[in-house]
Amino acid sequence: MNIRSSLALSALAATLLTAGCSNSSTDTNSANAASTSSNTGTAAASASSSSDSSSAPASASAAASADFTAAIDSYREYVITETDALVKDTGAFVDAINSGNIEEAKKLYAPARMHYERIEPIAEALGDLDPNIDARDGDVDPSEWRGFHRLEKALWEDKSTDGTKEYADRLLSDTKLLRAKVETVDIEPSLLVTGAVELLNEVSTSKVTGEEDRYSRTDLYDFAANVEGAEKIYELLKPNLADKDPELEKKIGDSFTVLQNELNSYAKDGGYVSYDVLKEDEVRKLSQNLDALAEPLSQMGTLLGV
Amino acid sequence: MEPSDLKTNENLQEAGTSSKTPGSLLNKPVSRRDVLKMAGIGGLGLLLGGGAAGALFKGTKAFTRKESVLNAGRTNEKVHPFYGKHQSGIITPSQNFLCFASFDLTVASINEVRELFQKWTLAAANMTQGSMLGDSAANTSLNLPPADTGEAAGLIPSRTTITFGAGPSFFDSRFGLASKRPAAFPDLPKFRGDALQPQWCGGDIGVQVCADDLQVAFHAVRNLARIARGSAVLRWTQEGFQRTGAAEPANGTPRNLMGFKDGTGNPDVNDAKLMDEVVWAQAGDGAAWMAGGSYMVARRIRMRLEVWDRSTLDDQQRTFGRYRDSGAPLGGQDEFDPLDLNAKDAAGQPALPVTSHSRLAHMDGNTKLLRRAYSYSSGLDAKTGQLDAGLFFICFQRNVSKQFIAMQQILAASDKLNEYISHVGSAGFACFPGAAEGGYIGDTLF
Repeated sequence: MNIRSSLALSALAATLLTAGCSNSSTDTNSANAASTSSNTGTAAASASSSSDSSSAPASASAAASADFTAAIDSYREYVITETDALVKDTGAFVDAINSGNIEEAKKLYAPARMHYERIEPIAEALGDLDPNIDARDGDVDPSEWRGFHRLEKALWEDKSTDGTKEYADRLLSDTKLLRAKVETVDIEPSLLVTGAVELLNEVSTSKVTGEEDRYSRTDLYDFAANVEGAEKIYELLKPNLADKDPELEKKIGDSFTVLQNELNSYAKDGGYVSYDVLKEDEVRKLSQNLDALAEPLSQMGTLLGV
Repeated sequence: MEPSDLKTNENLQEAGTSSKTPGSLLNKPVSRRDVLKMAGIGGLGLLLGGGAAGALFKGTKAFTRKESVLNAGRTNEKVHPFYGKHQSGIITPSQNFLCFASFDLTVASINEVRELFQKWTLAAANMTQGSMLGDSAANTSLNLPPADTGEAAGLIPSRTTITFGAGPSFFDSRFGLASKRPAAFPDLPKFRGDALQPQWCGGDIGVQVCADDLQVAFHAVRNLARIARGSAVLRWTQEGFQRTGAAEPANGTPRNLMGFKDGTGNPDVNDAKLMDEVVWAQAGDGAAWMAGGSYMVARRIRMRLEVWDRSTLDDQQRTFGRYRDSGAPLGGQDEFDPLDLNAKDAAGQPALPVTSHSRLAHMDGNTKLLRRAYSYSSGLDAKTGQLDAGLFFICFQRNVSKQFIAMQQILAASDKLNEYISHVGSAGFACFPGAAEGGYIGDTLF
């Protein structure tokens, strides 16, 4: 989790909510007004400034013509499915902790988190939920630190479940709160587009560096889940993208394949090898392949109109 | 800045008269400086208005002219052409700063390599002329990351040159180019005393960016790397510097970090015949695609500055074979005096010590290469707490075996300077001939 991006996304979500009512026709009209106005600077300036005041936010969020309804509906379903699984798997994880079964809890930790990591942009758009569930030591005031990583430290570093019940129960209730909130979260096309890149940026800034799961070394689970979450969004937007820019669509698809193949080479026992096992040049290659994917992915905004 | 500005104005005028579609306007290169002026006038969003842009540009023109006059006295306003028979950045007088980038290709086919070079060529042509990357729409859409990373917006071209070359590994089995590798471009042998570290060696492609402004140079490397994402990855980069033109208006031979003038013996770049002999690969040399190109050798040479600083002046001068102050050869008067290999000192010993750097590098007097080195400073060596600084040596030549390798074998074996330096990085690049407008760098090879 990343406090700064969390704030940014919260702000973005707020913008989306306010901008949500400006529909695409407003945007198209103002663009037409600008391009068909007579050949003088003042006319263009006035057309432009009037559109600035009325629909500038819309130009950043609403698509000119493409229909994203199907993609958004499917994405909401995906988010709900993942959050259901998160609540279920976190429940089992919490049970193991509360019964003092450290080995069992360690086994359940990384797979449970993956459901969260796949839909992180949505969680980050929902205010305090992300820090409560996913803050790392140092991300928040020590007195407020709880969630997955607090328990990770107890399991791997303190090697004890003493005093963890409070954190475990809070984590479960926080995931349940998330589940309730995703039902109503407003998903705009731009949240999809930026969310996919945001997921990869999460990988770049904390997973690649090995800072995310510093006690358990299960960073590759999170890495893979973030990539899967981004790929899901790409899959949903693929028809729109193929229509608008087939070359870009192919490039993104190919880059996902390259990165997935590389991740698969670190798969082990239904999960992934410890991040400690990776050599420096292997980390570098993962990082560079991630950048190679994220760059064309960041061009998906072309779907929203240029 | 006359040539570029005139050119930009022409573009702008053309753009102004073709008001039919926004596309015809938006595809024109936009000068980095004009972008800011336009922003000052009415906001970049106006450009999207297409039809009205002509009037806006017309309004800008007079403004630009006035600016040109104001800037007429600035020395670094010169713009080097990107297209031409040779690539710029080889016999071009050294700019103040260097940003060097070595890339490894990640693509599998020669077609993809070609695409990369086509994109790079267009981008390099724009950046050397001081234009923004991408059209106006690509830098103003709120829905996309801007096409140009923006840190050079408003900055003059700064005499930027961008020079591309292919490393030995470019000619391995991946792209079917093995048979094209020039005989004049062999692998470098391991020289005596080499302390090469893999992180400073090799690369499929070398890109030398030079400019009078470090931010402008960095912008070029960064954007080329961005364009390459998915096709090539950075292998290593190195920044370099020398005294700026502003710090030494007389434009004498620059000094290296040991305090000595470096490059005194360079061949005259204005002598076209000499350049054909020393620097430019010729059609008859065996690799026709390289005709008009040149072979670069780059060596990252760490200087043991702490050790050097506690050596006596006499020791230092006998190491270089030159006086530190004037740059004249020992026994001579003037920096440009020819080396007198037979001169004897009072004790009857050679005035120019037989192991001195300049004497050895002089060789038989007929073996020359064009040096284009920059100093580098890369912070501390964490292990020793000493400066990681030295010379990023770059040289150009027509034949690596006969020129750099022949010279370096002698230097590596006997140079007194070896006590104070260590070669830690090494790379060779066959720098392509220049591209014609409409062509692309490397088109004679692919």
